[in-house]
Amino acid sequence: MEILLAIVIGGLFGSGIYLLLRRNPVKLVIGFALLSNAVNLLIFVCAGLTRGVPPLIPEPEIRPLAEIADPLPQALILTAIVISFAMLAFTLVLFRRTFETLGTSDLDELRTTDQ
Amino acid sequence: MNWLLVLPILIPLLCGSCALVFRSSRLVQRSLGLGGAGALLVSALILIVEVESAGIIATQLGNWPAPFGITLVADRFSAVMILLTGIIAFSTALYSLGSIEYRREKEGYYAFFNFLLMGVCGAFLTGDIFNLYVWFEVMLMASFILMALGSERLQLEGAVKYVMLNVVGSMIFLAAIGVLYGSVGTLNMADLAVHIGELDPRLATPLAMLFLVAFGIKSAIFPLFFWLPASYHTPPVAVTALFAGLLTKVGVYSMVRVFTLLFTHDVAFTHSLLVVLGGLTMVTGVLGAVAHEEFRRILSVHIVSQIGYMIMGLGLFTVAGLAGAIIYIAHNIIVKTNLFLVSGVAYRLGGTYELAGLKNLYRIAPGLSVLFVISAFSLAGMPPLSGFWAKLFIVHAGFEAGAFLVTATALGVGLLTLFSMTKIWGKAFWPENDRGAERRRERRLRSRALLYAPMIFLTALTIAMGVLAGPVYTFSLAAAQQLMDPSQYIETVLRRGP
Repeated sequence: MEILLAIVIGGLFGSGIYLLLRRNPVKLVIGFALLSNAVNLLIFVCAGLTRGVPPLIPEPEIRPLAEIADPLPQALILTAIVISFAMLAFTLVLFRRTFETLGTSDLDELRTTDQ
Repeated sequence: MNWLLVLPILIPLLCGSCALVFRSSRLVQRSLGLGGAGALLVSALILIVEVESAGIIATQLGNWPAPFGITLVADRFSAVMILLTGIIAFSTALYSLGSIEYRREKEGYYAFFNFLLMGVCGAFLTGDIFNLYVWFEVMLMASFILMALGSERLQLEGAVKYVMLNVVGSMIFLAAIGVLYGSVGTLNMADLAVHIGELDPRLATPLAMLFLVAFGIKSAIFPLFFWLPASYHTPPVAVTALFAGLLTKVGVYSMVRVFTLLFTHDVAFTHSLLVVLGGLTMVTGVLGAVAHEEFRRILSVHIVSQIGYMIMGLGLFTVAGLAGAIIYIAHNIIVKTNLFLVSGVAYRLGGTYELAGLKNLYRIAPGLSVLFVISAFSLAGMPPLSGFWAKLFIVHAGFEAGAFLVTATALGVGLLTLFSMTKIWGKAFWPENDRGAERRRERRLRSRALLYAPMIFLTALTIAMGVLAGPVYTFSLAAAQQLMDPSQYIETVLRRGP
């Protein structure tokens, strides 16, 4: 399972970075979305794929009875998803505004601030 | 719970939220902008006094004991960064009152100004590496909005570059955290420092490089700095000044934290790499500054060059080197912000940022010229100003550590810095025999006091840092000792009980 997910993550990173390098702003945004998904999966896989019960401890006990699944990576991913969603929404608005104002949809034409 | 550690985050949060609620009232917005920054400065002063007398202080949010909850912790380095944030926040808030148009105020300028401060302070205070990521995002989101607020053509174009490259940096940072958690099993930085030794060095070094790239993008080191000169000169000058003072330094701060607390397993490789990168950053930045002919662009590229000195101080990895880096950060935050503020007034007087178009500023505004000269000489490292001592301590540490090549580079870059500053002086300020200038002097500057007060304040600070170099150095040495020997930090954070 790890191997399979590792390949998926690699594929997502690769295609995300490829899309980031394109000249079309829409592809840039899609690339960003793919990258953020790749990173979220990476956190998930890195923390270990264990088959375990939820980390709930019944009343009289002080430690879990069976092997528990680590809840923290999921909390991290949830936070990261919310943040990257907000970023994505902001980028979309920014891009729309920018390319309307500049009258182009080619990133190569954004050169005036570089010189 | 120790309120001193929470206030620098709570104050901007409250002020920013209120500013959003009372969007319709210009007076409330403006007073929240200035009041928030002022309150932040006061709380930062109290914090640094407390840290100086009581040592490192930490608090566990929600009373979850470390390493399970989120810890806020302040050592001397954090405290001084918070203080600098307060100083820059207060100065730029004052300057904003006199320079930000109503159009931008109406769209929530002061709200996002405060949210940016919240992100910066959170990043300086947190003791949890995932929380550091969250604060980075808070800060970035606010900075994206401030960068694009007003939607001028150039601003939007700069914002696209700024946003995309910083977002990629965040992704790398997050990936690094994921791998780190997967392999060490904790996120608390003090706890990480205890357990990171168990990590296989074959994994630790690539992980260190991931963090280096992530923070390298944020702090604009060579070769990851391209977003900075492409965007920093586009927003209103108060925003640029705030960004120039604080944002890249958050990246540097995080790099210092990570490379003193966590990744010290292979100093010969990682920290030597930092020294090399520091040297290259200095050189590329200053060469860019030499090539440009526009006031704000020269200053923007120059930020990159100055980051090099800080990274070099970190890379030396000695107490003296780190102390030099801390002084350098403090000096640079104050002086760089001030130079941007000066450039804003120059623009108002001359109507352009192009050096060729700005003439005779000395005759038009002698006071401004004096402020510029002090800051520019300080940046270039003239005694007795703060820049001289900052460079001296770094160079001294460099020779002590036997890093002769990079130290020689640092000295050479200092000369080129002087050259690029004299270029601005020669073209924009130097008085010529031009009768027209005398007449232009008549042009009234609106809200003159609000623009000049922060510049005078910051100039006084750079002179004071130069005059009081002794106490400043003693403090930095103590801060650097805390960084080089993290046992006290770890003990304070992980101490059981409330």
